[in-house]
Amino acid sequence: MEIPYTVKPRPDTGLWNAKIGIWLFLASEVMLFGGLFSAYVFLRFGAVPGTWPHGLLNIPVGTLNTAILIASSVSVVFAWAALKMRNFRRYQVFMGLTILCGAIFLGIKLGYEWPAKFHHFGAYINDDALYKYEAYLGNEFLAEEGEGRRRTEITGTFPTHEDHEAWENPEAKEFRLRLDAVNAEPTNPDNYLPHIFPRPQSDKVVTIQKEDVRWGSFFVPRHSSYFAVYYTITGLHGIHVLAGLIVFGYFMLPVSKRLYERDPEHMANRIEVVGLFWHFVDLVWIFAFPIFYLF
Amino acid sequence: MATQPQTQPAPAGHEHDDHHELGFWSKYVFSTDHKMIGIQYGLTALSFLLFGFILMMMMRWQLAYPGQTMPVLGKILGSAFPNQMPGGVMTPDFYNSLGAMHGTIMIFLGIVPLSFGAFGNYVMPLQIGAPDMAFPKLNMLSYWLYFVGGVSMLASFFVPGGAAKSGWTSYPPLANISDIGPGFHPFFNGQTLWLLAMVILIFSSLLGSVNFITTVVQLRAPGLTWMRLPFFCWAQLITAYLLLLAFPPLQAAGVMQTMDRLAGTSFFNPDGLIVAGQAAAVSGGGSPLLWQHLFWFLAHPEVYVLILPAIGIVTEVITNNTRKPIWAYKAMVFSVVVLGFLSMFVWAHHMFLTGMGTKVSAFFQTTTVMVSVPSVIIITVLLISLWGGSIRFNTPMLFATAFIPMFGIGGLTGLPLAFNALDLHLHDTYYIIGHFHYIVAPGTIFAVFAGIYYWFPKMTGRTMSDKLGKVHFWGSLVCMNVIFFPMLIQGMAGVHRRWYDGGVTYEQIIAPVLHWNAVMSWGAWVLGLFQLIFIFNLVWSIRKGRKVGDNPWDSTTLEWQTPTPPPHGNFTRPIKVYRGPYEYSVPGSKKDFSPQADPEV
Amino acid sequence: MSDAHQPSDLSAAEKEHPVSVPHDAEHFHAHVKLYLGVGAALLLGTVVTVIVTQIHFGSEAMNIAVGLLVAAIKASLVILFFMHMKEEKGSIYQFMIPTTIIVAGLFLICALALVDHIKF
Repeated sequence: MEIPYTVKPRPDTGLWNAKIGIWLFLASEVMLFGGLFSAYVFLRFGAVPGTWPHGLLNIPVGTLNTAILIASSVSVVFAWAALKMRNFRRYQVFMGLTILCGAIFLGIKLGYEWPAKFHHFGAYINDDALYKYEAYLGNEFLAEEGEGRRRTEITGTFPTHEDHEAWENPEAKEFRLRLDAVNAEPTNPDNYLPHIFPRPQSDKVVTIQKEDVRWGSFFVPRHSSYFAVYYTITGLHGIHVLAGLIVFGYFMLPVSKRLYERDPEHMANRIEVVGLFWHFVDLVWIFAFPIFYLF
Repeated sequence: MATQPQTQPAPAGHEHDDHHELGFWSKYVFSTDHKMIGIQYGLTALSFLLFGFILMMMMRWQLAYPGQTMPVLGKILGSAFPNQMPGGVMTPDFYNSLGAMHGTIMIFLGIVPLSFGAFGNYVMPLQIGAPDMAFPKLNMLSYWLYFVGGVSMLASFFVPGGAAKSGWTSYPPLANISDIGPGFHPFFNGQTLWLLAMVILIFSSLLGSVNFITTVVQLRAPGLTWMRLPFFCWAQLITAYLLLLAFPPLQAAGVMQTMDRLAGTSFFNPDGLIVAGQAAAVSGGGSPLLWQHLFWFLAHPEVYVLILPAIGIVTEVITNNTRKPIWAYKAMVFSVVVLGFLSMFVWAHHMFLTGMGTKVSAFFQTTTVMVSVPSVIIITVLLISLWGGSIRFNTPMLFATAFIPMFGIGGLTGLPLAFNALDLHLHDTYYIIGHFHYIVAPGTIFAVFAGIYYWFPKMTGRTMSDKLGKVHFWGSLVCMNVIFFPMLIQGMAGVHRRWYDGGVTYEQIIAPVLHWNAVMSWGAWVLGLFQLIFIFNLVWSIRKGRKVGDNPWDSTTLEWQTPTPPPHGNFTRPIKVYRGPYEYSVPGSKKDFSPQADPEV
Repeated sequence: MSDAHQPSDLSAAEKEHPVSVPHDAEHFHAHVKLYLGVGAALLLGTVVTVIVTQIHFGSEAMNIAVGLLVAAIKASLVILFFMHMKEEKGSIYQFMIPTTIIVAGLFLICALALVDHIKF
């Protein structure tokens, strides 16, 4: 018993089954990421004006990752074209290149970007204690600027292990933080221009009283709705990248050579289907990158 | 099997032949045959439906006799769940668990897998003349994901703290903080398991939808054009689209609520959240309304998912038993397509009381009233289709005919709810419960019964007892109305949903309608007794039912052109379709029905 | 969904390859150029997106609009050329277009609900 139109297209639709199947699946993925991005819109534009973070992510690294993903999209198209041209060797080269690019993308994200964020710390100061830290918050300057921005958070890294322990220890009353540039010089207009390259951390260290802190956390999902939605969307995207890599890996195994020899068109169709999924993953990143890194 | 003629020429290099006999596990457990998968879905879903029904019967004890020890079950549950039914008396938390799980199980584990997974899987490929679904292995995966999700839901009853208790709607902040703290496991608690199960069930549903749509688009037999498709298939197709496009935002929301519960994020936790007198240790900045938008974005189309396959079944049964075509097939097709599309834009009529402004409110009131039009067209067409028919009142026809006024009551009681001003009074009252139960209980479930009695002969070669069927029908019809009509009365008097004592605390306001609680509960328990007749009939008829041929109802559609039960691959000869799906009583023809694939005019 | 003619001519009329496939060397090289060109355009678009953040377009909202416009152009290139949308027949459009309308509806209506609420 054979299912018709698994390889040859049906004349009136012009499509073979798996192609419709994958496009339908992609339609549902559009709705999935659409739901997540509409959550982003809801959270960002529902936030108190002027409190949405900017410039916390590494733009050059994000740009590099974007380029790598684009390159992998190009190479997967060439892999498919190679199969259509019945050149299996070339297919293997381009498929390997695709997997390599995808793996590098994940490696940079999980091995560098996220861990770097996990070491970055932010402390939101209580409203009635803001005046004490005015030198690091610059709210008078911001009020003059008239942009409606208000800074309540001091960000940076723990200068020593003891400071980190002081933060965790309920008995300790204060801790020190090595300041980011924007808290070291909050009245410097240069700190408010959009920057491509990350501002270097300053050498200033400030002591913060724990009783003045409303909420403090490393830059992990629980830190703020910004990081919550950033990690969730890029994390789910990363899971999709991983799933794609696993399927690509399967199509590098000897079983793929056997399928190719038995029915090369079927093999080409399978790569086209996975390729379509991969392009969609690229598409999501094309929007996620500017939304989180640039806006 | 080796010489079985193909419906299409086989492409070169296809995989295996079906010479070999499949072992027990491949044939009955990990089957890729849509008919076996349909039966698996059907039996599993009916079991969940029964379980959800039992949960409701337990709730109705508490509503009729609040604070009293439940007879029989009370002792057993009291010793098995001493925290939730101490001394056989239901705690408020346990009542809430029953309520949340009754809704969840009936909708996601009962009706949708039954009407879409079971009937859709079994009947649709047969009706389009296909050998199987487009992706048989994916079909098997869909079923097993459903099974795992279902087991996770059931397992949640047995973890410390019990099953989810924040409503089937799981609104934060309550759902966010529920089942967390001392006495609860950080991961194996009711609400988190509910979320995990939903993620799995939604994934199962998505794979199923992809399969359905691809199958209907690609595997229709030669000659089966879109306007010759049985309405059942149109209904299933639109249902599949709704599931495909509406479920993912809830998937996203489920992931976000899980992050809130496990990773401490604040997707739905607002600023200034106080829990048990203390500021919650979260960043804030989230919005409970965000959950509501994403939840109802699914849950409104979901109600059309609950009703459309039912309408499809009713259409098949009515046209067959009136011996004439549906009165306005094209109107029904266009209506169901428009209904599906419009249903995606009405969701916030479930949120009229959330403080929305006039523009947003006006938008949703308008779209909600608009969406009622296609469903009125559909039900009117079904009603008019009865006119001038030679009606055979067999059991399926009784259920299908009763569907019309019952769904009518359900739908019409929904109309006032479309208006913000009226909804202010009726929201979250028993009026709502009465409204939607009229649609799903004497609506969808009646259609499901009609479908079971109707297609049972194709699956087994025997009919169910018509006498027992009629007793089942009349008993169910009367009891359903005894249960759900008073809800409309109670709701208008102001009785709220989810009051675990049935309203006793507010007796001074609602005293005149309080007595209905006991009436409705007895209606529910008697309804349960009538279902025992159905269960007996179903099981007994498999072995002892009257034997019949391949087309006992003299139907025109393709599923009746197969041997009984249909073999692997379904059709023993190439199928070509020559006419529309409901060519009954065609003037000048020999028989009063002209099967679709019959070449003789 | 096209109300199709009788597909009784299936076995004869099945095509070997869809239109988009290059099956001789010349065609192939033209497509190679196309794919490389699109890839280069995407990389350029990425650089543009980053550089454009340095330019102030009047308000934050305008900057975001410009950034999203560039992203949309990049997305169109991927969809039309890498995903072969340009060559597909109507069937895929028929459900991707309603999908796009529905997801746009989700965004816009949520945004409307956010701004239009009871004000105390």
